[in-house]
Amino acid sequence: MNEQPLLIAEGLTKYYGRQLGCRDASFELYEGEVMAVVGESGSGKTTLLQMLSTQIEPSAGQILYRMRDGSVQDLWTMSEPARRFLLRTDWGYVHQDPQLGLRMGVSAGGNVGERLMAVGNRNYADIRATAADWLGRVEIPEARIDDTPRTYSGGMRQRLQIARNLVTAPRLIFMDEPTGGLDVSVQARLLDLLRRIVSEMRIAAIVVTHDLAVARLLSNRIMVMKGGQVIEAGLTDQVLDDPHQPYTQLLVSSILPA
Amino acid sequence: MTAPVYNFAYLDEQTKRMIRRAILKAIAIPGYQVPFASREMPMPYGWGTGGVQLTASILGPDDVLKVIDQGSDDTTNAVSIRKFFTRTAGVRTTTATVDATVIQTRHRVPETALTESQVLVYQVPIPEPLRFLEPREAETRRMHALSEYGLMHVKLYEDIARHGHIATAYAYPVQVDSRYVMDPSPIPKFDNPKLSDCAALQLFGAGREKRIYAIPPYTRVTSLDFDDHPFEPYRHDASCELCAATDSYLDEVITDDEGHRMFVCSDTDYCEERRALGHGSAVASHGEAAQ
Repeated sequence: MNEQPLLIAEGLTKYYGRQLGCRDASFELYEGEVMAVVGESGSGKTTLLQMLSTQIEPSAGQILYRMRDGSVQDLWTMSEPARRFLLRTDWGYVHQDPQLGLRMGVSAGGNVGERLMAVGNRNYADIRATAADWLGRVEIPEARIDDTPRTYSGGMRQRLQIARNLVTAPRLIFMDEPTGGLDVSVQARLLDLLRRIVSEMRIAAIVVTHDLAVARLLSNRIMVMKGGQVIEAGLTDQVLDDPHQPYTQLLVSSILPA
Repeated sequence: MTAPVYNFAYLDEQTKRMIRRAILKAIAIPGYQVPFASREMPMPYGWGTGGVQLTASILGPDDVLKVIDQGSDDTTNAVSIRKFFTRTAGVRTTTATVDATVIQTRHRVPETALTESQVLVYQVPIPEPLRFLEPREAETRRMHALSEYGLMHVKLYEDIARHGHIATAYAYPVQVDSRYVMDPSPIPKFDNPKLSDCAALQLFGAGREKRIYAIPPYTRVTSLDFDDHPFEPYRHDASCELCAATDSYLDEVITDDEGHRMFVCSDTDYCEERRALGHGSAVASHGEAAQ
């Protein structure tokens, strides 16, 4: 593992007017590391994720990111084109609702190929071959490459969204409740897939979830949020097996026994 | 009751100034869509209100106007707009491409090569090439600003995936001067190469969408494509039955309900010129006999 962190968040704070969204979140993320952010609804998980993925500007604090060339840059002092370029090449963002992350009227191949075309690939055969390869990797039959995601099931849509994000071999991927809204067996399959791909490609990931089982399966580290603040952070097993904060203890004890 | 008095070429001078400013800006930034305060014109949207406003603002008393609709000088749209300017501006009109100084067109570029002393005005229904791919106006503007045009290729990708070739036959997206991606208005892709390096100034007006854009003379315009599926202008594999032209864009005309059809030049002026020069007379008499 590289000694330099991939992403450093320092004192990230977001106020919506006078309403607190998230306060003073700081952490470091290394290459290939998966971090889960857990907490109840309204605890600031999504705000944190949106700040990190530069969708909303923090009220205070900064995000430092180590680029592929090794230079460390502050995301909010970068130019907008550079930031958007980063967002569609070196990063991925998996939405909870695949409809937000996919172009529903465009075929699966086009969805996966969009990022390639956005970075200047102009060879149809190459784009199609890469798209087909990625569909295979996320266990979507290649015969369905020309079907639109409208004809796909929920689990397939979510897998397609993952393929679309990973096609440019990003180093960091954000996931907002990736298994939300899927039934249990589909969830399990998706989690398996995610875990395999993330470890194979050594992608760093930040996964927002309220499902502690997802956090335990996927993540190396965990951050527990409540009321806009990070109340507990550490190795996933450590935090889940020996929670210190009363709220974390409540969360852990709220898991229904299988 | 006195008849209403119009300013020369219908629009008042302040409106013309506003449109001319937009035109200048459009010429300065080739392919960029300049918003303008489009006026209500005495004709419905879709009849070329954008083109008419452009023509009205650039027309002078010495200009000679030609109006074509799908290549033809004698369809309703062309006749109406020509009459409109005859009445409101009193300018001379013509059907001959070489005699005209201002040519307003819908869906075609004349076959005869244009010169530096001519202006070609296009009527545009939907100026935004990314519209059907990205419905948010704020987002498409940002994409133009940052030249994020990957999405345009997604459309072409979809064409190939579904049809095996780029099936977009008209309004084929182009990139102007290696910068802005532009909708050339619904001209057939056969006409796309004519946009590039054209001697005449080309103006595009969308009345309902309130946008003006331009291609200055001698600007490079490239049609988007893939390395392994290059752009190909499409033309029916036939020659004009009236003038025997093999290089013009052809209309397919169905002549009866038994499957007979004929191909004729879509550019009526070009076809007439050629017949006047004696081209294709044998074929033409044959065609007339068939009728």
